[in-house]
Amino acid sequence: MTYILEILPSLLDGAKLTLEIFFWTIIGSIPLGLLVGLGLISKIKPIKYFLNFYVWLMRGTPLLLQLIFVFYGLPTLQQFHIHIVFGRYDAALFAFILNYGAYFAEIFRGGLQSIPKGQYESAKVLRLSYWQTIRTIVIPQVFKIVLPSIGNEIINLVKDSSLVYVIGLGDLLRAGNVATSRDVTLVPLLMVGAIYLLLTAIFTLILKKIEKHYSYYK
Amino acid sequence: MLELKNLTKYYGKRLILDNINLTVNDGEIVSIVGPSGGGKTTLLRCISGLESISSGEILIDASPFDPYRNTTNESVIGVVFQEFQLFPHLSVLDNITLAPKMVLKHGKAKAEEDAQKLLDRLSLGNKGHLYPYQLSGGQKQRVAIARALAMNPKILCYDEPTSALDPALRQEVEDLILSLKRDGMTQIVVTHDVPFAENIADKMLKVKPLED
Ligand SMILES: Nc1ncnc2c1ncn2[C@@H]1O[C@H](COP(=O)(O)OP(=O)(O)OP(=O)(O)O)[C@@H](O)[C@H]1O
Ligand SMILES: [Mg+2]
Repeated sequence: MTYILEILPSLLDGAKLTLEIFFWTIIGSIPLGLLVGLGLISKIKPIKYFLNFYVWLMRGTPLLLQLIFVFYGLPTLQQFHIHIVFGRYDAALFAFILNYGAYFAEIFRGGLQSIPKGQYESAKVLRLSYWQTIRTIVIPQVFKIVLPSIGNEIINLVKDSSLVYVIGLGDLLRAGNVATSRDVTLVPLLMVGAIYLLLTAIFTLILKKIEKHYSYYK
Repeated sequence: MLELKNLTKYYGKRLILDNINLTVNDGEIVSIVGPSGGGKTTLLRCISGLESISSGEILIDASPFDPYRNTTNESVIGVVFQEFQLFPHLSVLDNITLAPKMVLKHGKAKAEEDAQKLLDRLSLGNKGHLYPYQLSGGQKQRVAIARALAMNPKILCYDEPTSALDPALRQEVEDLILSLKRDGMTQIVVTHDVPFAENIADKMLKVKPLED
């Protein structure tokens, strides 16, 4: 018990970083996903092709590769006088936001396409502009439709955030692993597991609450 | 007054409407009848600006008017769609006040007061707080009418107003359309129900499918 209390602060420190990455990724990637999703259904061909390529790239390669690419890969371009060097933390956010933005974009694209054409038409004859229609008619309905899928990705993100381990960030998993190899005991890893379970349970609960809030109409 | 002069519409290479001429005087009810595939809905969509016309002219009060490109808030052509197309996430009151608030820039209080008057007028006085899924077909239709009227349309168009309803409600729609006429509303009603059209219309336009 004293051992648990002893290592808890370092684990909580790790958990703090995990949560920071989690929140910034959500804050960056959901709006990005929505914008890209709108672009994916736009009639402007070059935008569509470019965004499809982006989504294909992000979903077709491992997030771990993307992380390593951004943090270890891009700096090697210095030999060609291209300076793209991220700190560990920024590299992690950059890769996560781009990656999750692509997954969210696909989800939003599906949601946007499921809004009947008649909704746009009735907004049009009421003289609402395109952006007014998107904001007041489309997005509220899309949010309800995509909420379960977004929720899945959010839970995935809690766990995926542990991938930052590979670029040397001190997240929850690293904190546990450090303690385990130092003290040769399983306890820190069990605690790490418990903290992840707690986090995913909390987010699942919050998501259920939001879904319930949206059940006021059918 | 709305005039269509030699209005022609192609979908791709397919001719759907061939030189349609029609005059709709203020306060009149014109019905557009004809068999399925005759182009009734297409004509309504051209008039309400949801489709561009291929050739011909549309005039309002004798001046040329392009509903497809018009974005001003004058000469609004209201539409009551066959499936009503209410906004499911908004209450009845919000369905009606959305466009007056966002487009006509009416304040919330004025928009809601006007909407309540319309609801009272259409015997939906106490339904403002409900959501579309909580309404019957006939009630949804009246909300759709109220929503269109809230924009002070010059003309109100209906696509098959009797088709989604219980036959018993047919009379009710007929009465409603005629009572709006008494208020001076100009109306265009698309229907394949000829007896219904004969009961309400001052004028009938027949369209039929064209051979390729
Ligand atoms: N977007 C479109 N693209 C191509 N053809 C279309 C389109 N919309 C309608 N058509 C064709 O135009 C013709 C007229 O259709 P329209 O819906 O106007 O007929 P309608 O008289 O309203 O028929 P109904 O009584 O069945 O509603 C039909 O042959 C239809 O297939
Ligand atoms: Mg039709």
